Amino acid sequence: MTDSTMESVESFRARARAWLAENMPPRDGSLPPLVEDDAHEWERARELQKILYAGGFAGICFPREYGGLGLTFAHQQAFTEESDPYEMPLLLNMPTFAICAPTLLDMGNEEQKRERIGAAIRGEEVLCQFLSEPSGGSDLAGLITRADRDGDGWVLNGAKTWSTSAYAADWGLCLARTDWDVPKHRGLTMFLVPTKAPGVTMNRIRMVNGVREFCEEFFDDVVLPASAVVGEVGGGWTVASSQLFHERNAMGGGSPYISGRGEARTMPRVNPLNVAAASGRSDDPRVREMLGEYLTLMRVHEQTAERVTRALETGVLPPAAASMLRLLHAEATQRGDDLALRIAGANAATGTGPSEGVGGRTAIGYLMRQGGSLGGGSTEMSRNMISERLLGMPREAAPDRDVPFKQVKRGR
Amino acid sequence: MELALSPDQKLFQESARGLLEQEYSLDRVRGMEGSELRWSRDWWRKGAELGWAAAVVPEELGGGSVSGEGVRDLAVLAEELGAGVAPGPVLPVNVVLAGLVAAHGRGPDHGERIEALVAGETIATWAVYEPGREWTPADPRLTAAPADGGYVLDGVKDRVQDAGQADLLLVTAKTPDGVAQFLVPAAAAGVTISEQWTVDLSRSFGEVRFDGVRVDAGALVGAPGADEIIERQLQIALVVQCAEVCAVLDRAFAMTTRWAFDRYSFGRPLASYQALKHRFADMRTWLEACHATTQAAAAAVQAEAPDAAELASVAKSFVGERSLPILQDCVQIHGGIGVTWEHDLHLFLRRAVLDQALYGTPEDHRLRLADLASL
Repeated sequence: MTDSTMESVESFRARARAWLAENMPPRDGSLPPLVEDDAHEWERARELQKILYAGGFAGICFPREYGGLGLTFAHQQAFTEESDPYEMPLLLNMPTFAICAPTLLDMGNEEQKRERIGAAIRGEEVLCQFLSEPSGGSDLAGLITRADRDGDGWVLNGAKTWSTSAYAADWGLCLARTDWDVPKHRGLTMFLVPTKAPGVTMNRIRMVNGVREFCEEFFDDVVLPASAVVGEVGGGWTVASSQLFHERNAMGGGSPYISGRGEARTMPRVNPLNVAAASGRSDDPRVREMLGEYLTLMRVHEQTAERVTRALETGVLPPAAASMLRLLHAEATQRGDDLALRIAGANAATGTGPSEGVGGRTAIGYLMRQGGSLGGGSTEMSRNMISERLLGMPREAAPDRDVPFKQVKRGR
Repeated sequence: MELALSPDQKLFQESARGLLEQEYSLDRVRGMEGSELRWSRDWWRKGAELGWAAAVVPEELGGGSVSGEGVRDLAVLAEELGAGVAPGPVLPVNVVLAGLVAAHGRGPDHGERIEALVAGETIATWAVYEPGREWTPADPRLTAAPADGGYVLDGVKDRVQDAGQADLLLVTAKTPDGVAQFLVPAAAAGVTISEQWTVDLSRSFGEVRFDGVRVDAGALVGAPGADEIIERQLQIALVVQCAEVCAVLDRAFAMTTRWAFDRYSFGRPLASYQALKHRFADMRTWLEACHATTQAAAAAVQAEAPDAAELASVAKSFVGERSLPILQDCVQIHGGIGVTWEHDLHLFLRRAVLDQALYGTPEDHRLRLADLASL
C-alpha cells in the first residue's frame, strides 16, 4: 500500500487540519430529541460527505480507482483525530462505509466496485444490508427469501427485517436462496438490490423506545439483472461472511473505512453516572455503591476487550474467543441499565411535567434492555460458540446439517 | 495470568511451583487442622532463596525481580499459591516490604530489616484490622502516644495473618499527627498474640493486643500522616489476592470442565447439555475478565500509575464479587460430591471466601471507586 509518491501521515494531517477548519462546521454537542423524523439528518450527512469529497478527504482508505484516496489506516486515523471537533457524516459509517463498501471491494465485480463505492464516497448513495428474516434471527443461513432465474436475470420474493437505516439507503446487499437442492450454506447468492425497485415494500419498525432505525422489507417479484449478483452464484455465504467480518472489525475499532469518531443520532442513552447526577442522589451510600459497581464493569469490559483482542492477534486464543467480548458487552450494558433504573428510583415512574426527564429516559432505556443481548446475534449463540469452539464441548444437534435445504423442517 | 511470560518469569514460576508441590499437596492442605503450624521457617527461607520476598524491593536495598517488574512477578507467584491453596506469608511479607520501601528515605532507616526480610530470615506481617471493625485503615483506634522521644502503643489488632510466626508487626496507629505505622517486634513487652479461627485451612491468623508497648522513634515507618504508604501496601495486597483468586478459579474451572466431559448422565456427557454449556460459557468469560482486570491492576501498581488505586479497586471489586458465584456453580455442576470434605473444591472456595473478605470487601471497593472518581 505504500509507494514513494504517497503523502506522509504528518503532511496529510496538517493539510486536513487546515482544510477542516476552513470547510467543516463545528460539531453540535447537544443531545437530539427522543423521537423525531430524521430525514433531514440523512440529507445533512450526504451534504457533509459531498463537502469531504470536494475537498479531497473522502474514502481515505478506498483505492483510487474506485473513488478513494488509496491511503493507509494511519492516514485515516490522523484524519479522524483531526475531525473530532467538527460535524462529520457519521451516519454513513454504519453500514455503508464500514460494512457494505468493503464487502463490495472484497467480493464485487469491477462495475459494482466502481459505481457503488464511487457513488457512496461522493455522498450520492447510501448502502444497507438485507440479511435477517422474520422467520429466524440467529439461523441466518436458514433464510427462505428466494431468487429464481428468469432468462438472464432473477426474480426476488420474500421478506427481510432488522435492516439498519434501510429507509435512507439506495441499495441493499440482499442474501437470497437460489438453490434448494443443496445444504443451506451452499444454496445462497448475494444480490445488489435497488431499495426503490418496483416490488420492494419497506416499513420502518418502531422499537419500544420510539426509535425507528430498523426496517422490514417485502419483495414481490422484484426483477434483478444478472449483473446484480455479488460474488458467485451459490457463493452468497462467502459474501455474507465478509460482511460479518467487516462488522466485527468495525465494532472492535479496527475498521480503516470509518471516518470520524462517535455514534450518530442513536438514542441518547442515560447511564448510572448521569442519572445519579441528575437525580441529586450521588451522596446516598446505596447509590454510591451502585456507581462503583458500574465503574468496575465499564473498566473490566475495556480491560478484557484489550486482552482478548491482543490474544486473538497473537493466536493465544482462537477466533471464537471474540464471542466472550460480545457476552461481556451485553452483561455490562444490561447491568448498567439495571443500575440506572435503581438509581433513578421513583423518578423512573413519571416525567417532569409533560416531558420524560432523566428518570423517564432511564425507564425508556430499560425497556430496551434486552437489545444488548439480541442485536448483532443473540448471547445464546455466543454461549454456544464459547462452549463448543473454545471449550470443545459437543455441538448442538443440527438436523439441517448436510441435508438438501428443501428437506429441512421449518416453522410456520 | 499474563498472556505471555518471559523465559525468566517462567523459570520463576516453575521453581515456585516445584517448591509448593513438593511440600503441600492438596491432601496435606485438607488435613491441616487446629493450631499445627501451617509452614516452617526453613521452608520459607527456601522460598526466599527463589525470590519470594525480593520482587517489590529494588536492587539497591537488596531485592530484585526476574522481569524488572516486581509487582507482575509477585502476581505470577501469587497465582502459584492460589493454584495450590498454599500456606505461607507471601502476602504479609511483601505488603510490609512494599511499605518499608515506599517509606525508605522518609523516616527512620529500616535497611537492615528489609535485607533480613528479603533473605527470609525475618518474618513480618501487617497488623491493620481491629476487632469488630470493617476495612478502615485510615482510622485506627489503636493509639500511639508520644512519650520519652518514642511512643506507647495501646489497643488491639486482629485478622493479622501469620501473627503467631511473625518476628515483626507493622502496626497502624493513631498519633496526634495523623495515622502512622510502627514496626514492632512481636517479642516486645506488652505484646500478646492469640490464635484466631479462620475459614482457610492453610492460613493462620491471630489477634494481637498492645498493652502499653513502648517503642522508640526508630520504629516509625515514614512519618505520621503518610497515607500513601498505607495505600501502596493495600495495592500490593490487592494484586496478590486477585492473582491468587484467578488461579483458584482457573483450577476449579478446569476440574469442573474435566468432570463435565467425564461424567455421563442419560447416556451422554454433562458437557453435551446446553443448559450446562451456557453456564460454562459464562464462567469462561468471567474468568478471562478476572485475569484481564488483575493484570491491568498489576501493571498499574507496578508503574505506580496515577490510576493504580482505581485499577486495584476495580480488580478487587470484580474478582472478589465474581469468584464466589463461579466457584459455587462449579460445586453445583459437581453435584453432591462437591460439598464433601474429601473433594478439593472446598479448599479453593475457602481461599476465595477469605480473599474477598479481607483488605476491603467488593462493596468497600465500590464505595472507594465512587470516592476516587469524585462522584
